[in-house]
Amino acid sequence: MLQVLQFGAGGWGGELAAGLVVTLALAASALPLGLASGLALAFATHSRRAWLRESSAAFAGAFRGIPELLTLFLVYIGGQRLINLALPLLGLGGRFEFSGFLAGTVTLGLVFGAYASEVFLGVLRTLDGSSLEAARALGLGRWPVLRFIVLPELFRLGLPGLSNQWLSTVKQSALVSVVACDELLRRSYLAATSTGDHILFYGVACLAYIAITTASEAALAAWHRRLSRGRSRG
Amino acid sequence: MAEAPFSPRPDRSSGLVRAGLLVASALGAGLLLQLLLGSNGIDAADFAAALPLLLRGLGLTVFISVVSVLLGSLLGAGLLAGLLQPWGSLKTGIWAFCIAFRGTPAIAQLYLIYYGAGEIHGLLRDAHLWWFFREPLNCVIFTFTLNSAAYQTRIIHGALVNLPREQTDAAQSLGLSRSVTLVRILLPQALLTALRPLGNEVAKVAKASSVASLVTVLDLLGTAKYLVGQSLDFGFYILAAMLYVLLVGGIRLAVDAIERRLTRHLPPVG
Repeated sequence: MLQVLQFGAGGWGGELAAGLVVTLALAASALPLGLASGLALAFATHSRRAWLRESSAAFAGAFRGIPELLTLFLVYIGGQRLINLALPLLGLGGRFEFSGFLAGTVTLGLVFGAYASEVFLGVLRTLDGSSLEAARALGLGRWPVLRFIVLPELFRLGLPGLSNQWLSTVKQSALVSVVACDELLRRSYLAATSTGDHILFYGVACLAYIAITTASEAALAAWHRRLSRGRSRG
Repeated sequence: MAEAPFSPRPDRSSGLVRAGLLVASALGAGLLLQLLLGSNGIDAADFAAALPLLLRGLGLTVFISVVSVLLGSLLGAGLLAGLLQPWGSLKTGIWAFCIAFRGTPAIAQLYLIYYGAGEIHGLLRDAHLWWFFREPLNCVIFTFTLNSAAYQTRIIHGALVNLPREQTDAAQSLGLSRSVTLVRILLPQALLTALRPLGNEVAKVAKASSVASLVTVLDLLGTAKYLVGQSLDFGFYILAAMLYVLLVGGIRLAVDAIERRLTRHLPPVG
């Protein structure tokens, strides 16, 4: 029975391994987009200008409220239409087509950003205090304060929240199988439908997801302990 | 990871203002996107015909999430009781269950249960269970009950072990038994801390259950998918997105209100 899991001809092992790589690539490529949009949204929501504050909060709130699967459809179909509407206006010809992978990256990145902004905002609000005052008293300018004090603290204090979000992103990447991106779940689906061994293949896929999530949970917790060395808890 | 202790209480006055802003921004963003994307827009007749279907889909989404979270909390209470027993192998089993359901995507869980039940339908028929698993909706509720139980067990357990040790000591010095201490002293406090994560759990299941649309269930997303397939008008996805935002926002506001009501006796935090 386990023959179907063999690598090479007659087995699906190679297919599943390739799918696992695509899953990791999807989640990893969403990460920079998610961190950047999360930071931008957090600073915008922390701004003194009311319109910026309210609109960025509403934007992040919307992406936290829409199911990820629907966000994927909105990006995959709607995003493609928006870009094709914009292309002639920019004086560019041609037609743009989203690949499943790219639509997945954008979706996972947006969702990560919407949740990460909440994490960053929480840290920003606790940060407005003594450390910033101390930095200003030292005569540090706006940029050095941001670069050497605010950003490192954002990542150190935000890491537990960001870690949770990373685990969610890994799991959400399975949704991208729906738009024909050949990641782990879609390859398991193809293998399961062609062999009829549904329990076996989805079971193997689930084990692979458990392996990724528990390994990253352990690694991130170790990293957080390392970053917090020599500091009081809190 | 430990759950956050008491979260700062939201501003009392802002609830209604926020609700208004939420509705207004959802409508505004939806209309804007609709204008940009809806190839020719949804005309009034289509809209009037589609709205009852979408609302029925919304009702099914609410039904799935409420039933799953309630059944999940019953199962979670059982799992929590098991975790508090001194039997090691039982604890290991419960933790393994939690890791399995918290570490895998809900869509993979649903596929495993839905297609897996189809694969072993002979066995299930002999066990007189096939009538249950034959229905996609039952598979969805079954999946999210297990999924939610795993999360809820972790939430409550986290809140419970993070309570100050002195609470137990004080209860014991008063001569209260272990079970009375747990039920009358520890759990009420833990549930208060866990209220917000539990509210998020309802919102999360409401969103995550949209994968039901992939196994032919006509929940809110399933209905929108059907309408888009019939009319080729993308606008129904935007309408569904607005309804989801309102649903999740409504759940948030309800949790805020419940939290305010239940923490009246506590000094404001922060």
